[in-house]
Amino acid sequence: METVITTDKLTKRFGSFVAASELSFEVHRGEIFGFLGANGAGKTTAMRMLCGLLTPSSGKARIAGFDIYHETEKIKRNIGYMSQKFSLYDDLTVSENIRFYAGIYGMSIPAIKQKTKELLEELQLVNEAKTLVRELPLGWKQKLAFSVSIVHDPEIVFLDEPTGGVDPVTRRQFWDLIYAAADKGVTIFVTTHYMDEAEYCNRVSIMVDGVIAALDSPAGLKHQYGNQSMEDVFYELARKAKRGE
Amino acid sequence: MITIDKLTKTYNKGQVLAIKDVSLEVKRGELFGLIGPDGAGKTTIFRILTTLLLADKGTATVNGCDVVKDYVKIRNNVGYMPGRFSLYQDLTIEENLNFFATVFGTSIRENYDLIKDIYIQIEPFKDRRAGKLSGGMKQKLALCCALIHKPAVLFLDEPTTGVDVVSRKEFWEMLARLKAEGITIMVSTPYMDEANRCDRIALIQKGQILSVDTPAGIVGQFPVDLYAVHSANTHKLLREVRNYPGTDSCFAFGDALHVTFKGGAAGAHEAGAGPAGLTNYLRERGLADVGMEKIPPGVEDCFIQLLKS
Amino acid sequence: MRQLLIFIRKEFLHVFRDRKTLLMLFGLPIAQIVLFGFALSNEIKDSRIALVDYSKDAVTAKLIGKIEASHYFDIQRTLASGEQLNAAFKRGDIKMAVIFPQNFGDDLIHTGKATLQVVADASDPNQATTITNYLESIVTDFNGELAQDAQQPMQILPQMQMLYNPELRGAPNFVPGVMALVLMLVCTMMTSVAIVREKELGTMEILLVSPFKPIYIVIAKLAPNLLISIVNLFIILVLSDIFLDLPVKGSMLLLLFCSILFIMTSLSIGLLLSINAKTQQAAMMGSLMGMMLPTMLLTGFLFPIENMPLFLRVLSNLVPSRWYFIIVKRVMLKGLGFGAVWKETSILAGMTLFLFAISLRNFKIRLQ
Repeated sequence: METVITTDKLTKRFGSFVAASELSFEVHRGEIFGFLGANGAGKTTAMRMLCGLLTPSSGKARIAGFDIYHETEKIKRNIGYMSQKFSLYDDLTVSENIRFYAGIYGMSIPAIKQKTKELLEELQLVNEAKTLVRELPLGWKQKLAFSVSIVHDPEIVFLDEPTGGVDPVTRRQFWDLIYAAADKGVTIFVTTHYMDEAEYCNRVSIMVDGVIAALDSPAGLKHQYGNQSMEDVFYELARKAKRGE
Repeated sequence: MITIDKLTKTYNKGQVLAIKDVSLEVKRGELFGLIGPDGAGKTTIFRILTTLLLADKGTATVNGCDVVKDYVKIRNNVGYMPGRFSLYQDLTIEENLNFFATVFGTSIRENYDLIKDIYIQIEPFKDRRAGKLSGGMKQKLALCCALIHKPAVLFLDEPTTGVDVVSRKEFWEMLARLKAEGITIMVSTPYMDEANRCDRIALIQKGQILSVDTPAGIVGQFPVDLYAVHSANTHKLLREVRNYPGTDSCFAFGDALHVTFKGGAAGAHEAGAGPAGLTNYLRERGLADVGMEKIPPGVEDCFIQLLKS
Repeated sequence: MRQLLIFIRKEFLHVFRDRKTLLMLFGLPIAQIVLFGFALSNEIKDSRIALVDYSKDAVTAKLIGKIEASHYFDIQRTLASGEQLNAAFKRGDIKMAVIFPQNFGDDLIHTGKATLQVVADASDPNQATTITNYLESIVTDFNGELAQDAQQPMQILPQMQMLYNPELRGAPNFVPGVMALVLMLVCTMMTSVAIVREKELGTMEILLVSPFKPIYIVIAKLAPNLLISIVNLFIILVLSDIFLDLPVKGSMLLLLFCSILFIMTSLSIGLLLSINAKTQQAAMMGSLMGMMLPTMLLTGFLFPIENMPLFLRVLSNLVPSRWYFIIVKRVMLKGLGFGAVWKETSILAGMTLFLFAISLRNFKIRLQ
């Protein structure tokens, strides 16, 4: 299987504090990779390094085939990012948001027009194209934010707690979108606090105190720890955390 | 302890409906949960009860005091933890706690017993500024601050949002201890799995109450049989089960799918369209390892069911 | 009371932990004094001047006619004695006095020379220079006419005297201006931002739900800004004494009293702004646009108010800094006592009471 993320002993220190220690893992093309961890376990630090926002202290990593130290600009062109909070501009319309994000990634104007049309149809938002994003229901906003984050057809998309606060039905509809994107070959790297969502991932890693404490398929992890659910697995691992959160 | 009678609140001069005709009752010493997604109106209810907002219509009382007329009395008697992290980021843990203790006219020492269990966990960091704390610690500090004056009623607006599973578990254990101290607690959460920790819950969506009962009672109202279906290839399974003509609803739940069938509880399924026919149907489509069993529904299943109707 | 004290303590902690803002607050007056130390030129019309004619002869009548014919001046002729002139200067009623000594005409005819006394109020150096220049050019013209008519050479020599600020330095005007500006800025902006920050942070919700009295919130928010402003005031006064050679001529106590009054006015404006602003940004913009501009333009230290259109002159009366500016000029530069500033002081006091009353009335005990 083709790998799109490879890390080898990736480490980030802040002074004497080791936020992320010797992370080594691989993520395959089209995989849905769940990146779990307690608050303060080093998830955000790791994710920032992988997105090229933070230079590692030591170790190696290649994202979408590019080196994490020297080719961050190329990395940024080939990844998408979505967080629950800051993705869309509330005071712009739906199509303005799509156009803006497509524009950032240097798409040509005809391509942007084409893509906007496609997206609006796909999301069934054709009638809302001129609606301000702030007037959309939260669930729609999140779906739009996700579509916008993959508007430039990235190899990998990083999702930082994409489903926080959404109702159960919308949350599942959101995962349908994720599955559809993964089917098209987009690699999904996702963090979540919903343990049932961890089950939807192909593989899951759990970070505790800056290190990856476990990495396997959900079924494999449950088998390994002899637990009924991912929640129990997570609890068992994260409970041992010593770091002052 | 808390009564809410037909509360309606709109924003932007009536353009945006926040809650509509909400009526509730919370008994003394109860741990009551408001369960619903963002934008359901949970925060609005909290703000009206804590006298921060005036409702358009309807009345509410807290501890026998009217939220409009007796707002000063209520303010002396309730603890409130708003949804956003609302402590002073540039003050230390101890300074924050001291400040709120004094604001409520008490001192840390006076009510130390009540917060002791929680405060001990963050005490080693008491000289650290609140802005530098992790989610779980901020949450504990905020709870200490809301409790410091020994309120009769505690309002917690989404205290566990964005907090990891371990901290969430700990937090609910703390609430259980506070309940044992006799404090009435009203808590909101978007996490359905937390509903079982409450004595009674109200499911709320788009400003309206869908159902109020004990978690067991809510689950008992589930109208049809629920089946869990699993296979190694969940993704393909989901697609195929949805295509099955007898399927009424199908949602992923962790490693399984929760499926209900058309025809409901009566078992009056059309031939080859009921639960019995599903395994065959899936086997024909290349899913050989399918397992299926009837399961008791959870609160989340009920919520989804209520959203549908 | 203990609640209030601990709240005030908290406010001070906020202020001292935000080093950058603190540095800016104290760097501001220093930067302003340097910046505004440069004089700007401006034009004047219809300046009030006094004409005193002790000679009352044909020559003086002719020259007075010339002066009157120019549209530069608004002439007062009722003043006679030196004391009256002095008093008029102190009140700010006149900007310049032109005095024809006894035997002016005789001196000119018999000796070919006569001295014209010109006294100008130079506490506004731009204005003083401009109006004395106007007068000089009139006299020069008149000299030219005399030379044509007479057989022997005749010349009138204006003798200039600058009151209050003999070296015509720009600083005297700017120091009071900077004081007004800095105090206004610190108090209005910092107060509004401090209150709105609690709203943004969500702590306002908790405070409102607590038994804490809203008035306490207001007082506690004002306290650190009051202190910072007083410190700033002293920095400005010391700076201007040492570097600009401008000591406080009048009563320090009076100046302090009036300054605190002005600080209170500014604080109450900040309070009013904060009630309606939802974000710190809005509060900041509100104070900058709403207060900075009027203070700069309508106080009179950059542009003389006398020259403005009627509408702006009326409007300038509503700008508190305008009154404070007058007070500082009189007390600090001219060394006058309370008797000279009681009117301005009462206006400020009235404004403060009014603004405070409105703010407290509108201070929300609930969220919107």
